[in-house]
Amino acid sequence: MIDRRLFTHFDWLILSVIMILALVGLASVYSATYTHQPGIYRKEFYWVLIGSFSMLVAIVVNYSLLERLAYFIYGSTIFLLISVFAVGSSFSGAKRWISLGFFTLQPSELAKLGLIIMLAKFFSEKPVPPRGLGVKDLAVPGAILMAPFLLIAKQPDLGTAIILWMIFWSIVLLVRVRARVLATLFGLGAAAAPFGWMMLKGYQKARLTSFMNPDADPLGSGYHVMQSKIAIGSGGFLGKGFLQGTQGKLMFLPEHHTDFIFSVLAEEWGLVGSVFVLGLFFTLIASGLNTAMSAKDRFGFLMAFGITAMFFWQVVINLGMVSGVLPVVGVPLPFISYGGSFLITSMISAGILLNINMRRFIF
Amino acid sequence: MSNYFKNKEPKEYKGRIFFSSVLAVAAFFLLAVRFWYLQVKESQHYRELSLNNSTRLVKAPAPRGVIYDRLGIKIAENRPGFDLYLVPEDVKDWAMTKEMLNRLIGVTEDEVDEKLERSKGRPPFQAVPLKEDLSWDETVKIEAYKFEIPGIILDVSPKRSYIFSEATAHLLGYLGEISEKELKDAEASGGRKYAPGDLIGKYGIEKSFEEDLKGVDGGKEVEVDALGRKIRVVNWNAPYPGNEMKMTIDIKTQVAAWAALKDKVGAAVAIDPKTGKVLAMVSTPTFDPNALSTGISRDEWKDLIENPLNILNNRAIQGLYPPASTFKPIHAAAALEAKVITPETKIFSGPSFWYAGRAYRDWKEEGHGIINVHRAIVESSDTFFYQVGLRLGIDRLSSYVKTFGFGQKTGIPLLNEKSGLVPSPEWKRKAYGVQWYEGETISVSVGQGYMLTTPLQLANAYAAIANGGTIYKPQLIEAISTPEGKVLKTFQPETKGRLGVSEATLGYVKDGLFGVVHEDGGTAHFLKASNLRIAGKTGTAQVARLIKRTKNIQSIAYKYRDHAWFAGFAPFEDPKIAVAVIVEHGGFGASAAAPVARELFKAYLETIEGPVKETPKVLTVSAPGSPAEPKAPGAPVGAAVSTAPPAPPAETEGIYD
Repeated sequence: MIDRRLFTHFDWLILSVIMILALVGLASVYSATYTHQPGIYRKEFYWVLIGSFSMLVAIVVNYSLLERLAYFIYGSTIFLLISVFAVGSSFSGAKRWISLGFFTLQPSELAKLGLIIMLAKFFSEKPVPPRGLGVKDLAVPGAILMAPFLLIAKQPDLGTAIILWMIFWSIVLLVRVRARVLATLFGLGAAAAPFGWMMLKGYQKARLTSFMNPDADPLGSGYHVMQSKIAIGSGGFLGKGFLQGTQGKLMFLPEHHTDFIFSVLAEEWGLVGSVFVLGLFFTLIASGLNTAMSAKDRFGFLMAFGITAMFFWQVVINLGMVSGVLPVVGVPLPFISYGGSFLITSMISAGILLNINMRRFIF
Repeated sequence: MSNYFKNKEPKEYKGRIFFSSVLAVAAFFLLAVRFWYLQVKESQHYRELSLNNSTRLVKAPAPRGVIYDRLGIKIAENRPGFDLYLVPEDVKDWAMTKEMLNRLIGVTEDEVDEKLERSKGRPPFQAVPLKEDLSWDETVKIEAYKFEIPGIILDVSPKRSYIFSEATAHLLGYLGEISEKELKDAEASGGRKYAPGDLIGKYGIEKSFEEDLKGVDGGKEVEVDALGRKIRVVNWNAPYPGNEMKMTIDIKTQVAAWAALKDKVGAAVAIDPKTGKVLAMVSTPTFDPNALSTGISRDEWKDLIENPLNILNNRAIQGLYPPASTFKPIHAAAALEAKVITPETKIFSGPSFWYAGRAYRDWKEEGHGIINVHRAIVESSDTFFYQVGLRLGIDRLSSYVKTFGFGQKTGIPLLNEKSGLVPSPEWKRKAYGVQWYEGETISVSVGQGYMLTTPLQLANAYAAIANGGTIYKPQLIEAISTPEGKVLKTFQPETKGRLGVSEATLGYVKDGLFGVVHEDGGTAHFLKASNLRIAGKTGTAQVARLIKRTKNIQSIAYKYRDHAWFAGFAPFEDPKIAVAVIVEHGGFGASAAAPVARELFKAYLETIEGPVKETPKVLTVSAPGSPAEPKAPGAPVGAAVSTAPPAPPAETEGIYD
């Protein structure tokens, strides 16, 4: 199964970027939690090991298998999402996790990958009309999106739902949609926005309004953003030094080892660290697009693009959120934020990307 | 490249991937700019916010300035006091903790619950104050059991200590937690910064000299986490104590005055006539400033302010009384100066004086016969001064009297001083819209009627008589210096003016005052035995119209009894101290007030001249301890000073007027 030629075409750059990001993540999680929650970083270390192994599997197994198993994979993620409501454990008002004893699984993370595989399979088989997809053509892919999207939004997990939404539109726009359809949908979306607003939970609304004016209530909803900006800003050019940050350690910064991990990093490593991490992510995105461009088949092309889009939106939304230019919607930063399901999904996704990349010449 | 694009797919995908790349570059560029903005451009701002976030200032109150008497004896200082706190988070067994607290220091379960309720909503690791300023006994008990009652902590803070306690209560004042109004006033004045919970001078010198005595609070900068939990101490600023103050008070005289007055209602003031320096100032009933400054219960406070005797009034500067017969020497000086009489003028002073169909009685049933002004002062003849007053007239009388400082504040640096009243026809028209009656002149001529004075004003007037005619502004502070001893300010005697009478006139008056004590028939003749060379005048201010003449004051209801006065100076030849004493409802001046005044004279003159031997036949007060000997802080005041009641006068002739 393993072709010797595969090694010669392996993209060591992507692998290095992933491994450096994982190490940066490990160090940041350590710094954020070693005083108050010792044990978290050790867990994160095990996740990196498990994630690396999962990535290895995702690299080795030919991705054509995913194409064959697409229905099964997608169906499984939907099943897991439904079972969250039955057997899931809730934490601070949200039911997102399934406890498996040794580890709690967050099916919404896996759903992102399931959606990408399913959409890639659908569009690789379905011919796209020359003028682009019409309304009818969008019905099936729309249903593919809405099943996990609604289940996740119901949990509620606004951040992941938004990422699914962004992945869907990235892929759909890539395969082309009719301009008229786009305009209609946009108009409908704008009209439906007030109703969507009504469906949001109180804290979600508060996050969105506080984004508009974070200083209005710095101890209330704007607190996250304000404290995050203080952490990042106080880091300065060179940072306060590893383990020297105060914002995260003294718990001014909420969720400092998950969604706001970058603030801890930026406080301790300064602009130098921030730009270094930005550079790593940019390299990953560029390599991902390159992989898509050089994929040997349409399924690989769409898969690679979908995964790259997922990474891109997660990075941009998370960094925009922690630096106060986007609302706080709860999107973690790939490879760096703490979280088992999330890290493993990211590592598998990266593995698939490498898989597609190294099999580009092998037919 | 065996690329799938080249062979199978439309070229437009290439364009879309390129567009995606441009989008990615733009997004990452914008994020980089954002981070540059936060971390370079605005970095300083956020760095400050980050520091503010994590540091809290825990205040360490400055010890207040130490106060000394004129000889350098400490009269107010600071002692360490232990406060008891409870950290709810650390309490293991609430029932046991509450029971132990009750057993050890008598804090009941309800009190603990009330204190906890008051700090509800605060994080459980923040200490709740349970009891302030534990006694030594309580501190020891808590220390011994602290390991058995987890969650209990003791903290030390400086507590104000008034060494002579009640004896200096009205003079020095006390401290209290700053009120909302005081906070606002302090903010408006733009001066010193206060925070809620700070202690501030509420009364007396503590209030008047708050600026000097306060000091600069210090504190520790503590790094805290987002919940306010202490992580470590970053910085420690030592508090800087308040400035030290040297007062003009002679503490021995002060304590003697308090001891002589403490079971009475009244006031005593002693002034150095040569400088206007106040040597003693006591008002009774008095309060315990130590208890008041470290917090008393609401009930105790209520008792204090609702007491019908107005305990918190400083009668020495706020009490207004008719000067009664102590006014006669001043009246005499005015009449002599205005040449209405000469020292030789003799007037028939019978048992009563008839004017406009009414009899104005003399205190002495038999009358005084034909006497001159000297004997009129000595015997305190009323009928003599009725007639002189009518000859002088109210306008001339009041204008002379005003030069003695009556009717206006003396300017002593204490709050709420009263100005008293010198009546005149003009005043009466303005105040009541009614004309002046000559009969009222008769009342005023013996210091009754509308005429009102504070004990301080009277003492100051007698000081001026003693020194030959100079009115000083009463001085309380000698010097203010830093805690290191650097003198910041020294105060000099301040002249307010001259009496409107010549020194020769004053000479006749002084002779009269000396005669009161040293001549047969003088109303305070019994003071002669003390050998202090006292010159002075008794007075009995009428509270109710004289119902019947009686020598048995016990037969008159307390509230109808007259106020007793004594005002004078000593030694006669070279006056070193002038005194005014009032005893409310004390009855006759000679029997109630004069013995108090004697204690002040004695205490002070012994301090500066050594013990004076009294004439043996008179019962004496046991000699108080050495005056300059500083007392141990906290020692009971009464123990250091003789508290024997003033000896009753041996002779009975002329003890009332």
